[in-house]
Amino acid sequence: MSQNQAEAQGGHHDAHHDGHDAHGAAHGSMRGYVTGFLLSVVLTAIPFWLVMNDVLGDSTLTAIVIMLFAAAQIVVHMVYFLHMNGRSEGGWTMLALIFTIIVVAIALAGSLWVMFHLNANMMPDMHRM
Amino acid sequence: MMAKATAQAAGTAPAFYVTEEEHAHPGGSTMLGFWLYLMSDCLVFAVLFATYGVLGRNYAAGPSGADLFDLKLVAVNTAMLLFSSITYGFAMLAMDKGRQAAVQGWLAVTAVFGLAFLGIELYEFAHLIHEGATPMRSAFLSSFFTLVGTHGLHVTFGLIWLGVLMTQVSKHGLIEANRRRLMCLSMFWHFLDVVWIGVFTFVYLMGVLK
Repeated sequence: MSQNQAEAQGGHHDAHHDGHDAHGAAHGSMRGYVTGFLLSVVLTAIPFWLVMNDVLGDSTLTAIVIMLFAAAQIVVHMVYFLHMNGRSEGGWTMLALIFTIIVVAIALAGSLWVMFHLNANMMPDMHRM
Repeated sequence: MMAKATAQAAGTAPAFYVTEEEHAHPGGSTMLGFWLYLMSDCLVFAVLFATYGVLGRNYAAGPSGADLFDLKLVAVNTAMLLFSSITYGFAMLAMDKGRQAAVQGWLAVTAVFGLAFLGIELYEFAHLIHEGATPMRSAFLSSFFTLVGTHGLHVTFGLIWLGVLMTQVSKHGLIEANRRRLMCLSMFWHFLDVVWIGVFTFVYLMGVLK
């Protein structure tokens, strides 16, 4: 789907550019934006509904579910709004993204893990999660 | 040894042609460079999220997220940012078709939604501070204001950038340089929406959960 559209857009652009337009895939289509928007609305509305009406009844379960919705919506935004794919800029944007995700995961998980254990081991009386 | 190195450097003078060729395509690597900037900005936000994750439950006997957050207001705010994302997308589609008036129109709509987002956020902050929930109150509130405030500051600069680009487009039209700048701002704007997904999930929704 998106490949055809990207090519159609690229063809349009060659009129203005010389052959240097390797990032022509960075343009979207009307259908892509609308699809991304509708998916985002659904993926935003459901977690708000889950939390505001306390649908699941269990806060740990709710937290896990809304985190999954957030992850799904981030992917939707990356694909439909930021037009991420493995081909743009010869794959360098994807490589930079993967590297960033790894660093972010280490920073987040590492901080929470270390600080949780520090709390649990050094201040047992104040440990309320 | 030194003299030899100098002689070699002089010998490789034809390498300068590579530099010349780069100059023939201004902005050829701008998209990748801007993407790398966004990724480094991502690290800034990751550190702030980690700080909030560690300190977010240290209330110092003060108010908690469940006491303070108004989820309806946050839902409206989220909608504002989401609307501004799709209207910016429409501006990019109009740009592809070379329709300058439509580009300006959609950019103006994007700016209105962005200003609405910022206005609601400032109203929320003013409300919190009025209730005594200042950044000085607890570690939770310090990290909350730092994280959400940094995002709001990004949106503020995005709006300034948007205003500058609308002026540029009205003065010079949809020239190559302006197209490139609009694409950079497009990435910046959508990136801020991605960060906001993390903010409303981790800070607001999970802050209300007990």
